[in-house]
Amino acid sequence: MTYLTLSITLIFVVIPLVLSKTLNLGLERDTIIATVRSIIQLLLVGFILKFVFDSESLLYIFLMVTLMIVAATHNARNKGASIKGITWKVAVTLIFVEVLTQGILIGLNITPPTAQYIISISGMVIGNSMVLSILFLNRFTAEVESHQDETELVLSLGGTPKQAIHTQLINSIKASMIPTIESQKTVGLVQLPGMMSGQIIAGADPIQAVQFQLLIMFLLLTTAAVTSVMLGFLSYPTLFNQRMQLIQKS
Amino acid sequence: MTTDYKPAIHFNHVDYSIDGNKILRGITGSFPEGKITTLVGPSGAGKTTLLKLCNGLLSPESGEIYIKDKGIDSFEPVELRRKVGIALQSAPMVSGTVYKNLALPVELRGEKYDKKEAESLLRDVGLDEKFLDRKVTDLSGGQQQKVSIARTLVNKPEILLLDEITSSLDRTSLKEMEELITLINRKYGTTIIWITHNLQQALDIGDYTWVMMDGEVVETGESKLLRSPANDRVKSFVQGGAQ
Ligand SMILES: Nc1ncnc2c1ncn2[C@@H]1O[C@H](COP(=O)(O)OP(=O)(O)OP(=O)(O)O)[C@@H](O)[C@H]1O
Ligand SMILES: [Mg+2]
Repeated sequence: MTYLTLSITLIFVVIPLVLSKTLNLGLERDTIIATVRSIIQLLLVGFILKFVFDSESLLYIFLMVTLMIVAATHNARNKGASIKGITWKVAVTLIFVEVLTQGILIGLNITPPTAQYIISISGMVIGNSMVLSILFLNRFTAEVESHQDETELVLSLGGTPKQAIHTQLINSIKASMIPTIESQKTVGLVQLPGMMSGQIIAGADPIQAVQFQLLIMFLLLTTAAVTSVMLGFLSYPTLFNQRMQLIQKS
Repeated sequence: MTTDYKPAIHFNHVDYSIDGNKILRGITGSFPEGKITTLVGPSGAGKTTLLKLCNGLLSPESGEIYIKDKGIDSFEPVELRRKVGIALQSAPMVSGTVYKNLALPVELRGEKYDKKEAESLLRDVGLDEKFLDRKVTDLSGGQQQKVSIARTLVNKPEILLLDEITSSLDRTSLKEMEELITLINRKYGTTIIWITHNLQQALDIGDYTWVMMDGEVVETGESKLLRSPANDRVKSFVQGGAQ
């Protein structure tokens, strides 16, 4: 695609703008901001990726992955603001998931250890791990809050903090994993996954694109499970003190 | 109090606050072993907070609490809470059946609870054994209170803390519950601390009574003090009747 054809695609931005204007939706400003931001951000990423791929330097790969983890941590931690030390808990979870998945992929020779593979797959894994962290933390803080009575009940009967929070923890882990599992059930029926479509358009053999997509989906199952479970077990102890009491919050 | 007794629980200048708000101030006094002490006072006086301090659900900000002459912190929290059982004011239920709720204290220890035992306990608190497999969400407030107290009894606590356990009960059930608690007290020598808004109840079942207001203990003594309180605020509280 040339930059000329790319600029013609702006027609797809003009249509919603016109609709917004005529129907008084008031979305013109946001649409324009979104368009400009996506152009700048993606072009920037494109140039950076090209640079990193060309250099094939481990240092740059490492920096890129680190940057992704930092950005993802920053995004996710706000959802768990009430949990002490949530920043490093999210960071440790993301790092663990990244190391685990890349370790398996590269260690078992599933994907080659090139910048191209490491960075694209890391992006998907870290991005999904971030979304899972947010889903989990949202649900967990809500569960803890609405079931405080039951937590206190279990403690009062001589239960440990882990026993007292068990139901809420399990419910939150389950709830946060469901979207990942559900979306895999219908994959391909309604819409093709974006990555697969991209590969096919770029000329890849559909079967190969499907194989790669399957790999990614299985990878994301692990990502979802490990993220929720790990974050859950890192988070719940901060709700209690040494004397096995629920820490009182205003 | 001048009466001679051994304290089951002793408070020494205990303060408790949340976010800088003093909830309890300078609580000092004893709950006599093997007796029933009733705890009365207006809403928000700090009664529930005081009860939760007794079994380590909360810890004092300053001051000491002794359980049978041993500092409360020298007990493992789990051991303490089995020894000093509480029936919480809101009678919270874990979702599932009545049996699941009764079995909870036992299952927390990793053991299984015998159905026969559960049935007999259920009858003790005045519920038919057919309730065992009912979902707790299908029970009335009063029935849930009965399940809640039964569940607290499963651990056979030496000290029993009761927070408003008869507030949703009809007169007959209320009398039955009073008889059951008195029986437990007589039969096993269980020390009982019982919060109630019902001053007649406090007088009827209590050996001793603590009156709390605004986070302080304003009067203590034999329960008959409620008939002729020394303190003016207590007098007007008592005349105001149960609130
Ligand atoms: N978790 C909490 N956060 C903030 N304030 C609290 C908390 N728990 C209790 N309080 C406050 O402490 C005071 C005493 O509460 P407590 O529940 O001990 O009163 P109570 O005597 O049991 O009242 P009631 O008869 O209505 O049950 C109240 O003013 C209450 O608002
Ligand atoms: Mg209360």
